[in-house]
Amino acid sequence: MWRDALLMAGKDLRIEFRSKVTLNQILPFAFVTLIVFAFALDTSPGTLQKVAPGLFWLAVLFSSIFSVDRAVAIETNDNAGDGLAVYGVDSGGIFLGKVTSVFVQLFLLEAVLLVGVVILYGPAIDGWPLVLLSAFFATVGISAAGVMYSQLASGSRAKQTLLPLLLIPVTSPVLLAATKSWQDAFSSTASLGDPWLRLLIVFSVVYLALGAVFYGSILEA
Amino acid sequence: MQSLVSFKKVIVVSGNFPILTGLDFETGPGEVVLVKGRNGAGKTSFLRAVAGLLRITKGSALVLGVDLISNPADARHRVGLLGHETFLYEDLTAKENVTFVLKATRSNISKVDAALSAVGLTGRLSDLRVSSMSAGQRKKVALAALLAREPELWLLDEPHAALDSWTREVLDTAINSSVANGATVLLVSHEPLHGSLMPTRVVELAGGKVITDTRDIKPVVAEKVPL
Repeated sequence: MWRDALLMAGKDLRIEFRSKVTLNQILPFAFVTLIVFAFALDTSPGTLQKVAPGLFWLAVLFSSIFSVDRAVAIETNDNAGDGLAVYGVDSGGIFLGKVTSVFVQLFLLEAVLLVGVVILYGPAIDGWPLVLLSAFFATVGISAAGVMYSQLASGSRAKQTLLPLLLIPVTSPVLLAATKSWQDAFSSTASLGDPWLRLLIVFSVVYLALGAVFYGSILEA
Repeated sequence: MQSLVSFKKVIVVSGNFPILTGLDFETGPGEVVLVKGRNGAGKTSFLRAVAGLLRITKGSALVLGVDLISNPADARHRVGLLGHETFLYEDLTAKENVTFVLKATRSNISKVDAALSAVGLTGRLSDLRVSSMSAGQRKKVALAALLAREPELWLLDEPHAALDSWTREVLDTAINSSVANGATVLLVSHEPLHGSLMPTRVVELAGGKVITDTRDIKPVVAEKVPL
């Protein structure tokens, strides 16, 4: 399984970095989301600093829809997914490989987006370890749930509308926990024992385990 | 004789529509079976069922000793399927695609260059992205992956389509070579077979089942492919 996961992740990342969709389309989309939401709320610095974590994670969540959709769509072109089945690639390996690939793309996107948040909204970040750990587990959770639900939706004719409908409610605990965790990190109450961080860890571990076990059944369905 | 494929009263249903309707078929090592039939007779579905890509609804199905009903995935990596789809990734080059297939099937990746060369994809062509290739060139890439893999069971659905005469001969020679080494080939083709490839058996499907089965057509002449 791990060998197949590495193979799949390497292949997907190579395809993504070559197509530059994350760089040319998803990243600008995330920035536009960040700015438009700020305009819609209030442009005063005090408010923006307060809502910065929520806006950041909303932008990441919306952007992740495109990333996970693309990760699954790679296998539908020329029925490459059937090819993986014929080659005997482990379904758990396919899942973990795709999660890794989406994770890497989203984590890089978050790094750039965070610079944008700091420049645009100017929040003071006290707890960098909590920021990084929360981002790590939130991204794992979004990637794992996203790949699972994207595969589920891929069989539907209405997958473009079905995926956000499935994914946004399911990942709302991640959105909430990551936002709260970052709010703590942006204030003087930052601690690695943060209860929201624990929720993020539980969510990501549960979805990784669910995907590794059930992804094969979703593929076969 | 040991059966490589043994289908007994196999029924496969897609949605509410039965696509294989009590199909009986058995074949052993070293056979080249030409599967014929009109459009919609169930030829492609038959090959996909043998590859373990379709769920068997009823009946018994053994492929390479694996029960497809309880373990549909277990025989897949020993089967090579070349069909209407090439299973290639457009943003990878020909070489990267073949290398990926060999790594995924735990095959020897040292054969990549030889396999690409055998189908005429050398030099710049092997480093060309599949998205820039013609349909015939894409088929050659898929064929190179198949040649390098050397599967025990070849499932070929219209394999000659989009191939030039030289590559057709390469494919035919490769099939004959594999059969001489004990592999079995199930071949769907609407075209009359030319050149060195001759089936040892012709099976005709209609309505999702075998209606005629003609054996001992002509022995296959073995010839090694220079890989």
